Parts: sequence; C-alpha cells; structure tokens
Amino acid sequence: MALAKGTLALAITNSALGTQILYFEDVSIGDQLPDIVKNPDTRQLVMYAGASQDFVAIHYDLNVAKEAGHPTVIIHGALKSAWLGELVTSWMGADGRLLELDVSYRAIDFPNSTATCVGKVTDTRIEHGVGIVELEIGLRNAEGDISTPGRALVSLPTREIV
Amino acid sequence: MTTPASTGDTVISEELRSFIGLESVPVSYDIERHAVERFAAAIGDSNPLYSDREVAESTSHGGLIAPPTFFRSLLPGDYPKTYPEPFAHILDGGSKYRFNEPVRVGDQITVVRKISDLFEKHGRMGTMLFKISEISYTNQAGRLVATQTTTTITYGTGERDSGVGDH
Repeated sequence: MALAKGTLALAITNSALGTQILYFEDVSIGDQLPDIVKNPDTRQLVMYAGASQDFVAIHYDLNVAKEAGHPTVIIHGALKSAWLGELVTSWMGADGRLLELDVSYRAIDFPNSTATCVGKVTDTRIEHGVGIVELEIGLRNAEGDISTPGRALVSLPTREIV
Repeated sequence: MTTPASTGDTVISEELRSFIGLESVPVSYDIERHAVERFAAAIGDSNPLYSDREVAESTSHGGLIAPPTFFRSLLPGDYPKTYPEPFAHILDGGSKYRFNEPVRVGDQITVVRKISDLFEKHGRMGTMLFKISEISYTNQAGRLVATQTTTTITYGTGERDSGVGDH
C-alpha cells in the first residue's frame, strides 16, 4: 500500500524512523521527502567537532570566526552533509541502501538559525534487477535559500521480482 | 616542461604538484559501538540502526551500522612528506561519497587519501587553491566499502587556521 505524500513522516514513530521498509514501487518522480528541521546550537558544533575530530577553530572560537569576517562561528560543512544523509536514510528505510551522496557547500550557515533539509525524487529506474532512485537534496536556510545543494542515489527493494 | 611566463603566476609549485597521486600512510580504525553512537548523537540522528542493537539485528543489516558520513571521523594519515600548504585559511567545498556497503560495528576500516587534482582560481578573496582528494575506505576483508572525494579550498595569508594541515 502506498502512503499518500506527506503522511509517511506522521505514520512512523520517532524510534522506528529509518527501520520502516520503503518499496521501489511506492516511489514516483516528483515525490517530496519528509523535511528534516534542524536548530543547531554551538553545543552541537562542539559535539560534532569532537565526534568527527574536526578541530578547525572557526567552528567553535568566536574570535577566530570574527577575524575571518563572520558574525559568529560557522557550521561544519560535513555536519550539513550528515543531516542530508539523515534526510535520505530515514526516508529510504532499513532495506534501502545509500549508494551516492554528493554535497556542495555554496554558502555558509550559522548556529541558532533553522536549517531545513529538503529532497525530492528526480528519477526512478531498474538497473540489473535493482530499483534505483535518484534524489535532489539540499539544505534550506532561514532566508529560504538553498545553501547546500546535493544529490543522492539509493537502491530500494522491489515487491515483485524484476 | 614549459616555463611559466612569470614565476609568481601560480602558487602550484613543482613541489606541490609532486603530491598529486601520492598516497597517505594507511591508518586502520576499529569501528566501535560507542564511537558510532557518539557520532550519531552529535549529528542528531536517532535512527536505531546506529544505536539500538536489538532493532538493528532485526533488520536486513543484521546488526549495528554507522551513519553514512561517519567516515568523516576516520581521519587519513599523513603523507610521507610534509605538504607545503601555501595559504593560511581553509574552506570545505564539498564531498562526494560512493558507498559499496554500510560500515558495521566491529569492522576494521583502513583509510588512504591521495590528491587527484590541484588548481587555482582568482576571486574576491584573492588566489584560492582548490585541492581534490580521494579517500578510500577498505574493510578487514579487503573490500572497498566507500570512497569520499573532497574539495578543499585554501586562501589568504596571515596566522594559519588551526587544523588547516589536517584536510
């Protein structure tokens, strides 16, 4: 049974998100992925610096960030990639496999501002008996601009043998 | 080899160019459950595949896996000689990941990085050096599980950013 657009996020409890099964047959070009909204604070940047071993000071030292001409510390590009990875993996479910993730940091993002991960299906095809879905993804800042565009390729299970 | 019209025209010296294709010293990491859990918490991803063993075991993965960008925490080793970074400031331009299979808790992953291209651009921040690096991640069975191609941009003079040399 295909869930209507927009109901998927509501139909899944938080703890199960990412472990549901999404079938290739239930995906169509133009489908939107459920948005993921992030409200990062400086604490999260410090957690990410530690977890990823990225200690470039512009992400946690206000003086360094200001000297570089920024109003405050800046979000790690790789943290934005991680959020876009979450956007795709939580949508594709436990039997989906992420094959490709491309992310480009076009503009800088700052903490204490809402960032929304958005995505849509741009292609669906069967390759060697596997359901392949191509996605356009991006991080939308509080001004409504895509600061961080990207794309992803996933494989999904099929209900029928193809 | 042609001689540049004027030797200050490029920051890409012969020495810098000699790094293209040079491999970093391989570094191996044991993928530990708590490191994966901590990374997932840091990025704010509550997917139980990264933290709930029982749930993860009940899926087709058969056990805990790492988030796709967990590779960022597996830092490559040094190059066999010192990379002559000409600039002080660093920007991350982006990453392109190719995944062959998820990384599982308990795996051992060996990381090797090499520079595939160096080029410069001139913009409002002056000359910027673009470095394209390809990082390979190979598991204990010798299978290439993923690659990450990174674009690193360096520019400007002055006091060097901490961490510039790591990327």
